[in-house]
Amino acid sequence: MLEIDNLSHVYGGGGPNAHHAIEALNLSVAEGELLCIVGPSGCGKSTLLRSIAGLITPTGGQVKVEGQVVRQTPDNLAVVFQDYSRSLFPWMSVADNVALPLRRKNMDKRQRREAAHEALESVGLSGAGRKYPFQLSGGMQQRVAIARALAYRPTLMLMDEPFGSVDAQTREDLEDLVLKVRSHHQMTIVLITHDIDESVYVGDRVVILSKAPAHVVGDLKVDLPAPRDQITTREHPDFVHLRAEVGRLVRGHATV
Amino acid sequence: MRTRRMRAAAFRTLVLVVLVLAWEAAARAAGNTFFPPPSTIVVRMHAMWFSGPPSTLFLTEDAIANILPSLGRMAVSFAGGAFAGVVLGLAVGLSARVYDYLDGVLQFLRAIPPPALVTVFLVVFGFGLRMQLAFIMFSILWPVLLNTADGARSIEPLHLQTSQVFRLSRTERLLRVIVPSALPKMCAGLRLAVPLTLIVMVFSELLPGTVNGIGFQLTVAYQSFDLPAMWGGIVLLGVLGYVLNELYLIAERRLLAWHQAAH
Repeated sequence: MLEIDNLSHVYGGGGPNAHHAIEALNLSVAEGELLCIVGPSGCGKSTLLRSIAGLITPTGGQVKVEGQVVRQTPDNLAVVFQDYSRSLFPWMSVADNVALPLRRKNMDKRQRREAAHEALESVGLSGAGRKYPFQLSGGMQQRVAIARALAYRPTLMLMDEPFGSVDAQTREDLEDLVLKVRSHHQMTIVLITHDIDESVYVGDRVVILSKAPAHVVGDLKVDLPAPRDQITTREHPDFVHLRAEVGRLVRGHATV
Repeated sequence: MRTRRMRAAAFRTLVLVVLVLAWEAAARAAGNTFFPPPSTIVVRMHAMWFSGPPSTLFLTEDAIANILPSLGRMAVSFAGGAFAGVVLGLAVGLSARVYDYLDGVLQFLRAIPPPALVTVFLVVFGFGLRMQLAFIMFSILWPVLLNTADGARSIEPLHLQTSQVFRLSRTERLLRVIVPSALPKMCAGLRLAVPLTLIVMVFSELLPGTVNGIGFQLTVAYQSFDLPAMWGGIVLLGVLGYVLNELYLIAERRLLAWHQAAH
């Protein structure tokens, strides 16, 4: 599904102020996998995500999505950004925000409206279509951003610290939402987070990045019983063990 | 909240009434023919413009011959100047390089007071309607252009990245993302353009070669020492400026409802 081959990215073009964000990073993600990427803040996680999404051209190596080298945003790829308040368009109603990307999908107006409605329903916002983003709470706005990605029917969904700016309760709800939509829609999800517990709770697999320049320092399979539950999963011995393992890998490389 | 707003409105009306009464008293006490009292001005305005038959909405021939052409000039040149300003502003603002190259030149052109250029327009267009329209359009072009360019330049990067990720077409990106993003600044430019249109319209009608319009009537009234008519023209322009500005603000509030609510 996704192959990252010897990826490097340098900001500032090799001058004295050059910043090596990523160096020689290799990673492959199988179809249908829910991969969490964790790493210390400022380690180049967002650069990695932007390279996969085709928003930046990496200075070295390549990214392949479904066998195609990424030069611009691949078809059927959707992104959920951390900053929902600036990713949603404030001049459009919630339904219009969700339906906007569907224009290039050969759908007529009615089909787009239905698809938007369905996506909003699946994130628990069926009544909010006519509202404007600013009328919703932060958690609800992020749900709208997720609905927009779902309506687009991507085969690969990238999430860039999607729950970084919501409160703890909302965060748990949204984590469960991701698990739910993932089981309903067949898609591959790559979720970037700096929250160790979250990566273990949500992921099938957790990849740990070093501090910048980022490369892979750990790759753990998460074998927790399904369905996951905010209380029982988090007290499961395997969960406790895994989160310690991930934490050690993150911290070990954050302090070097 | 509501009673407070009503009280403020009542107080505002009261201030207005007191000022007009003071003006009336002062003008009567002075007894100067150059400064007729407001009651005389209003009677003159009514006789001059608003005592026509019901079939023309009580407008007199004089009003139809002068007020309507002035409004027409304003409408045509506002539409033309605003449109040109928006289109050119987007073109300049969307390219960082073009903006860098042109910014200084544009600031310079904007700084020239339009009346100073009137002779240039007379040379190019001669006296008459074409010159007036071109002159008004030129005057309001700059505030609209510069503000629109500023708006187009300061679009939220994440909005553009979102458009890129969901692969919006160029037209969709322009009409559904860039234009709405630039709209608040664009409106700031248009807000400046509304009173400027009125000012430059009157100025253009004071020039020789004019055969009608409120400004033309002002000149005629002044030359024939019809002071109440001259003051009537001035009062009419004030009222017109106020009403047009209020109408513009109503339109802007509707257009920017999302923006005002979100900020």
